[in-house]
Amino acid sequence: MNQSLTSFAYLVAAVLFILALRGLSHPTTARQGNRFGIIGMVIAIGATYLHGGMTIGWALVIVLGIAIGGSIGLVVAQKIKMTALPQLVAAFHSLVGLAAVFVAASALNAPQSFGIGTPHHIHVESLIEMSLGLAIGAITFTGSLIAFAKLQALLKGTPVTFNGQHQLNAAIGVLIVVLIIAFVASGGSFLLFSAIAALALALGVLLIIPIGGADMPVVVSMLNSYSGWAASGIGFTIGNLALIVTGALVGSSGAILSYIMCKGMNRSIINVIAGGFGNSGDAGPAGVSTEGKAVKIGSADDAAFIMKNASKVIVVPGYGMAVAQAQHALREMGDILKADGVEVKYAIHPVAGRMPGHMNVLLAEASVPYDEVFELEQINNEFATADVVYVIGANDVTNPAAKTNPASPIFGMPILEVDKAKTVLFVKRSMASGYAGVENELFFRDNTMMLFGDAKKMTEEIVMALGH
Amino acid sequence: MTPADLAAQAADLAHQASILAQNAAGVAAVAAQNAPPAAPFVYLFSIFVLAIFVGYYVVWSVTPALHSPLMAVTNAISSVIIVGAMLATGLQGSIVAHLFGFFAVVLVSINIFGGFAVTNRMLAMFKKK
Repeated sequence: MNQSLTSFAYLVAAVLFILALRGLSHPTTARQGNRFGIIGMVIAIGATYLHGGMTIGWALVIVLGIAIGGSIGLVVAQKIKMTALPQLVAAFHSLVGLAAVFVAASALNAPQSFGIGTPHHIHVESLIEMSLGLAIGAITFTGSLIAFAKLQALLKGTPVTFNGQHQLNAAIGVLIVVLIIAFVASGGSFLLFSAIAALALALGVLLIIPIGGADMPVVVSMLNSYSGWAASGIGFTIGNLALIVTGALVGSSGAILSYIMCKGMNRSIINVIAGGFGNSGDAGPAGVSTEGKAVKIGSADDAAFIMKNASKVIVVPGYGMAVAQAQHALREMGDILKADGVEVKYAIHPVAGRMPGHMNVLLAEASVPYDEVFELEQINNEFATADVVYVIGANDVTNPAAKTNPASPIFGMPILEVDKAKTVLFVKRSMASGYAGVENELFFRDNTMMLFGDAKKMTEEIVMALGH
Repeated sequence: MTPADLAAQAADLAHQASILAQNAAGVAAVAAQNAPPAAPFVYLFSIFVLAIFVGYYVVWSVTPALHSPLMAVTNAISSVIIVGAMLATGLQGSIVAHLFGFFAVVLVSINIFGGFAVTNRMLAMFKKK
């Protein structure tokens, strides 16, 4: 296969990847988009094979590698619980990062394979691109591992902070840049290459440990972006069009998702990356004084009675629903209410769950139709017309203090205005405050009823109570 | 001017031309050595910048309900880094290069198959009323 034909094949693959993302603009076109993505990948791999120059032996080794990796991937994808998606994606990001490091290492060892020179005589620009791909890849690798460990609860979700943390990170960052310059000047010293790798691996760990568990959606999106830039760096090194284009797509996708997440919390990306947020379990500063105020506590029967007599119920799910695996019971509850002529809708806050869109996937898993599920801007006006809001596993995203109390740490965060509904049912395990460590004044309002218990058990009891 | 003079002048000019040609060849050779083997950087960089813009507009058009599948599928497609891993494994090079390439092939294959499969699993669950 000649050079221009191969390049053309890579272009086709890149276009198919764009179409794969384009398909996700609507659930009806999304699966077709995924097929485009798969076809694009097959074309890219096929073109690389047909490009020529490979010996049969090594070509078979590649097939073996794909078979090993592919079967692991397929098994994991089938077995994984939908609640564990965030950590799966984090783990996948780490693999792209590590692969970028490996490809950079082999490009340094065998530059002639990629047409970037001969050992010790590699083109300057290729060295720059290679070291950038290496550094970003290494940061992505260890950063994603830490994110994975926090999401999988192998590490505590609480931020790890120490004095001079940011100065240390900055110093390592500067040192990496200096080493990259030295590496390029040396014409590709293996020692400097290893030093860059080691420092970048350490930086990946240090960057993610100060970030709290509930900020992981931002981290996962950010690492998604990093993995894209690493891929682009390698794409420049080996002059591959498909890789450059895809890296750019993934890089901007992750960046946009991080932006959306940050906006959903009214925090800047700098504030999230700096970390240390949400480490206190106590009430936030200047919070509403709630001493001596009483909450109204209800039972599953009370909740069932109120909902049965409602004409419109809006469900607000949060991370607590995912932890309790309550989505199936929730859908059953919705089905019974709908059969009784009650209008049921679901409202999703942009930062609900542990990754962007996580709640939507969990509800879809429980067979909740996607046209009953709405985003914040779409549904916020409807709370005023709702008889009942059923808040399950969410807290901070409903807190009116975000609008009324400028001293609150969550002030300015867009919230679901559940307080406008006639009755608010709060399913919670205890009175503990949410991630931001802020007391929710909503609990103490006259039209709020607290349902204490496990989200799944409480919902199942309501389903039972609705049954008779 | 005698024919002999003319012939001498012609021979002189021919000699100069051949020197010029040699110089030109030398310059071309130097230029060829300095030129990057594949596409020039500016060309690749233009594609990169344009692709960022394409990504920006395409991703903003993705419905928020499908942001999880978006992350999974971007993960799968960024594994197109496998082309680099394949070249590192398959082409002539040191054993170190072959090995690193092979490990990279295995790692990104997990990603490719796992990423597309899990995306498909998620998307299959999204149903209308």
